[in-house]
Amino acid sequence: MNHGRPPSLLDALHGRSGRWLIILPPMLFLAFFFLIPFAFALMISFADTAVRVPPFTDILTLGADHHLRLTLSLDNYAYLLRDEVYATSYLYSIRTAFFATVICLLLGYPMAYAIARAPKRWQNLLLLVIILPFWTSFLLRVYALEGIIRENGLLSHGLMWLGLIDRPLKIMHTSVAVYLGIIYAYLPFMVLPLFATLEKLDHTLLEAASDLGSPRWRAFLDVTLPLSMPGVIAGSMLVFIPAIGEFVIPSLLGGPDSLMIGRVLWDEFFGNRDWPVASAVAIAFLVLLVGPIAIYQHYQVRDLEGTP
Amino acid sequence: MSERPSTLLITLLAAGIAILYIPILVMIATSFNSSPLAGAWGGLSTVWYEELIRNEQLLGAAWLSLRIGFVSATVAVVLGTLAAIALVRFTRFHGRMLLRGMVTAPLVMPEIITGITQLLLLITMFRFLGWPHRGYWTIVLAHVAFCTAYVTVTVQSRLMTADRSLEEAAMDLGSGPVRAFLDTTLPIIAPALATSWLLSLTLSLDDLVISSFVSGPGASTLPMLIYSKVKLGLSPDINALATLIIAAVGTGVIVAGYLMQRAESQRLLDVQMAEQQ
Repeated sequence: MNHGRPPSLLDALHGRSGRWLIILPPMLFLAFFFLIPFAFALMISFADTAVRVPPFTDILTLGADHHLRLTLSLDNYAYLLRDEVYATSYLYSIRTAFFATVICLLLGYPMAYAIARAPKRWQNLLLLVIILPFWTSFLLRVYALEGIIRENGLLSHGLMWLGLIDRPLKIMHTSVAVYLGIIYAYLPFMVLPLFATLEKLDHTLLEAASDLGSPRWRAFLDVTLPLSMPGVIAGSMLVFIPAIGEFVIPSLLGGPDSLMIGRVLWDEFFGNRDWPVASAVAIAFLVLLVGPIAIYQHYQVRDLEGTP
Repeated sequence: MSERPSTLLITLLAAGIAILYIPILVMIATSFNSSPLAGAWGGLSTVWYEELIRNEQLLGAAWLSLRIGFVSATVAVVLGTLAAIALVRFTRFHGRMLLRGMVTAPLVMPEIITGITQLLLLITMFRFLGWPHRGYWTIVLAHVAFCTAYVTVTVQSRLMTADRSLEEAAMDLGSGPVRAFLDTTLPIIAPALATSWLLSLTLSLDDLVISSFVSGPGASTLPMLIYSKVKLGLSPDINALATLIIAAVGTGVIVAGYLMQRAESQRLLDVQMAEQQ
């Protein structure tokens, strides 16, 4: 086959058998549900709000002179820059997701390390124990956490019984609750990739370090930690990415000040019914946050697949 | 690794596991508490379970969620497997980058953005075509879309490790490419298909955000109902419902894990037998 030229549809129909029968169904379906909706959101973000159903103006109108008229309004994007709530919630989301990820890493690393060092016959069971909560409902786990941290919940009761505090802790409806929620819900995501890299770690390197007189903490910093970086990055991405767009946790556990961007979007859409602004927020969010992450992942996947 | 984990490590692991399980265990215990007040023990009772059985709205939502889950998981496994085959086997075709991008998109895109953009599409379509009405089918389609991404990633990694020589041997022996694939590679990737079907079912049953956007009046899935109940305040029957769901999912995962492990060891045994002969 001529390598300079990608196979044409004719080639596909003749020699290359029915491979388009395999490629096209998922391709078309996904395009319809991810690409085209995005194009619509982009379009609506340039429209104006209107009092009607659906609540926005057409950006394409047929004028009296029978010419299609394209009206693009940048008002929504200007509004995002003007109104502080958007900038605040972007920063709040990034900060919350970042610190929650760091705490997950600090909690998850020793867990993964312990499982990687456990006897082989225990490993599968321990992994199942870590994974099992992930399979149960996310929403219900967030609700279960509420039962622990609310004022008459187990945590306050327990600490009061121990005499450590004398009145119930006010955790619910604060930022602390949002942190706890994210850490609790996403901890398994951190442990699994960390385990996967720590398990493959070459133990002879540690022995070598110890033979050369390295204390154990030094060997950990010099050998184990650098070699487990792929797991650290993968786990952190798995926590950070969903945390940043999280809606359920700030909505159920957070207070009025826990303005994560997912919640702002939800309110904008269902509460204020300002769809053009909501679209603009979504597009800006995608470009500012998801864009860099997607590009990063794209290069990672490419490295994994090993194709140019 | 040969070295045993230290006491400190074991303690930290135990603490981490405790963090994961204590809220769930407390919720299960609370579901048998006859007092509707959280934090006050009123004695053992199954009153909330009885209330649950009588709550037709909840049962209806659960049935709707199950139907959506089964249909979307099944369709997603088919579409996702096709996408995985396309990405692993066909190294160059028009739109390969696009397909790969669309398969990773739902994994990085916040659900809320997926939901909003899909709703905007549905509304615009409805305005110009008078179709589709939002409800059961729009939820199914939206769920198929994000589940397909997870299926593709799962099946793709399994397919990459699958040995193609068996398939080539089958083709040398006169099988057509489709037949050869079904006879040799399909059994190898079958565990990945089963896992991704279960994963899709769980993701679909659990989805609140996307369903809330693409659903219409009258179609409330179980998570939508639970969310509104929890948001409104104390509803002790949710504890009972959660306990039932967790028991069902827990049993399902353990049984599926056991069956898969047994199938895998059987396969290894077969390979050994074949090598000995």
